[in-house]
This record gives sequence, structure tokens and C-alpha cells, in this order.
Amino acid sequence: MDYSKWLSCEPYEWKQKEKETVYLPYFTRLTELHRRRCGLYGRALAKLGYEPLHTNCLQDIPMLPILLFKHMELKSIMDDEIFKILVSSGTSGQAVSQIFLDAATARNQQLTLFKIVKNFLGASRLPMMIIDSPSVFKDREKFTARGAAILGFSMFAKHRCYALDDTMKVDVGRIGRFAEENRGKPVLIFGFTFMIWKYFCRALQEQHVSFDFSNAYVLHGGGWKKMQDCAVSPDAYKRRLKDQFGIDRVHNYYGMAEQTGCIYMECEYGHFHASIFSDIIIRNARDFSVCPVGLPGIIQVLSPIAVSYPGHSILTEDMGTLLGIDDCPCGRKGKYFSVAGRIPAAEIRGCSDIYGE
Amino acid sequence: MTNREQYDKAFMDNFKLAREQLAGLKYRSIRLWDSMGHMTLMEEMEDKFDITMSTPDILEFNSYEKGFAILRKYGVDI
Repeated sequence: MDYSKWLSCEPYEWKQKEKETVYLPYFTRLTELHRRRCGLYGRALAKLGYEPLHTNCLQDIPMLPILLFKHMELKSIMDDEIFKILVSSGTSGQAVSQIFLDAATARNQQLTLFKIVKNFLGASRLPMMIIDSPSVFKDREKFTARGAAILGFSMFAKHRCYALDDTMKVDVGRIGRFAEENRGKPVLIFGFTFMIWKYFCRALQEQHVSFDFSNAYVLHGGGWKKMQDCAVSPDAYKRRLKDQFGIDRVHNYYGMAEQTGCIYMECEYGHFHASIFSDIIIRNARDFSVCPVGLPGIIQVLSPIAVSYPGHSILTEDMGTLLGIDDCPCGRKGKYFSVAGRIPAAEIRGCSDIYGE
Repeated sequence: MTNREQYDKAFMDNFKLAREQLAGLKYRSIRLWDSMGHMTLMEEMEDKFDITMSTPDILEFNSYEKGFAILRKYGVDI
């Protein structure tokens, strides 16, 4: 199946069985393509003892630890085909990943993101309030993952408005004008999970100002680490947005720069969903065997979009639990899961040791 | 100003180019037409011509020439 056909399908209509029937031959071919085109990847496969003839199910597709993208230039295209290099910021102080995109891959990422987001927000471009400061784009040549996410989602929005000024202080006047101009109309409030909490919820409360944003969708991502540090649960987070601004429609998303576009959106029931544009497998942290529903493990992500770089099957450093398959009460088909944060650093090293020299 | 002149002006102002440099111009072929420059250009086109483009059209708008066909879809006489 070529990817343009993929894009003409509805994102949550395939049952898992159906999906794997499409995925297995596609991923086997894609693995072969990367083996031929990317020398480093070919060497990794040889080390892993990968044998295409023994690929009987999706879980047999080899996976690269996400760490490798931070240490190696993994690409399956010629240098003159590079259209864009995505850079992940990761946690401060860590090395950054470099993801090499050709024009087709970059385009497929954007179209995929659009298909997924449209399922939740509708197709029309909504006025967008960004809970961040325009200074996130200070260095135009090299902005952070935060900046990249803001730009990525800006494609679905119009009349972007930044809620924070250059010093990261909440701009009450600007927020008020945005609320006034869009009263009763659907709007999008976008930001990193922690930024929304600290610089929007708490900052406005400290100033004793409140706004009615019952017309808004909140879309937030970037991880729960800092929220855990201040002991805020996903439920408490949602309750706060409801109580303070009247917002019912709050969607977290899980995703990473190494597989941009195919994000995992949180449904109305608080579950992250794999769309037809990607899949997850939960792996046991000790032996990498596949965890069944209900058992926590390390999240492996599979994305058919990754053609210009060998990132179609990646072992992340995040822990998660598969919650069910095809039977979420929201009606979306495929796997749904929860994310529990990063795995401890020692285990990460353990995972990458198997790829060591 | 004709629609064509307004269209050219949006490109010239945003990307600091002369009119002679517009033909054949492609997204990401110059430093200023990156994803950030693109969003600004798109917002300006929408304001100038009082239209709202769909997300797929915004993603398709990847060259100076391609933009004509897209704007015509929204009834802009250009």
C-alpha cells in the first residue's frame, strides 16, 4: 500500500487484525529498504541477527533504541535529498536527535497530523491561543521541540495569539481580547502540558482573573514528568481546566520528534489511541517480550511514514500499558494505552547495550 | 493595486525579494520561506484577499506558481 492511499482512510476505522495485515508486509519491505540505503542501520540489523524470512508478525520487525538517533546520523536518503532536519530537544543537558526528512516524508508527516487532529477538532482552522511566548522562536535557525510543535499545530489554526510575553509573563490583556473576539466560537488552546498548568492556570489564578473558555479545545503534549513532580494527576488537570475556564474538551497527546506526525491523541475517556498511521507494542523491560493488555512495559512505536530515515520501528524510553484493543468506549478502533513516564536511566543504558560496539 | 500586485507584494515583503526573484520560488528554497515564514505568508494572503484556506491547501501552497491555482479555488481573480 502506498502512503497516499493510507492518507485517504479514516484514522481510527481499522480493527487491529486488519491493520496488522497491512502493516506486516509494508514494514518488512520498509525494513529491507532501510537496510539497503542506510549502512549504519544495516549494521545494527546484522548485530541483532535480523532475518527477514523469520518475520511472521509485526513484533518480529526489529526496533532501534531511540537513543541511537541521538548518537548517529541515521538516514536512508542522499544528502541532496534532505529537505529538513528535525531536532528533538529531549531533557535539558541531553544530546539531541537528528531526524532527516526528504520532501515526501515531511509532507506525509503534516498530512498525517492533519488527519488525526481533524478527527478530534474538525477540519476548519480554529483561532489559536498558544500558551507560550513568541520568544520560543528567537533563534529561527534552530528552535526547540516546543517551537516545532507550536509550528506544526499552527497549520490547523488561524489568528495565532501568544498568551505569554517575552518574559514568560501571562498577558491578561491579550488573552481577554482573544476571548472577546471569539466569544461563542470554537477555539484551540495549545501548549505544553506543564506550561498550561504553570503559566496559564496558576498564573491567572494568582492574578485573580478568570475567563470563560467553554468554547475551547485544549490540546497539550510534551509529557507528564513535571506534572508528576507537582503531584497533579491527569484527572486533576482536567478538573482544573473545567473549574477555572469551563473547558470540557481537553486532549493530551503522546508523540516524539523521531516519529513526527503520527501522534497518539487522548480520547474522551482518557486513553491514548494509535491511529492507522502508527502502532505501539508494549515490551517487557527485562527480555523485550511482548506485554499483554494490562501489563506495563516499554513502549515501542511503529510508523509507516518513516521512509527517509530508519525510524519506522523505535524502542522509546517511555513506560506504558496497553489498555485494550478495538474496544474503547469512544468507538475508535485499534490499540489504546496509557503512558507512565520515562524508564529509569539505568535501564535505558541496558537497552542500548545490546546495540553497543 | 491589482490582486497580482498584492500577491507579489506579500512575497516580496515577507521574503525580502525583488519581483524578478519570484518566478520559480519554492518553499524552503530560501532561508526566510521556512515553516514560520510560511504561516506568516498564509495569514497575509488570507487577510489581503479575505479568504480562509483549508489546511491541505496551506500545505499544498509550496511555490510561487502553485499559489495562483490555490487562490483561484477561493474565487480570487489572479
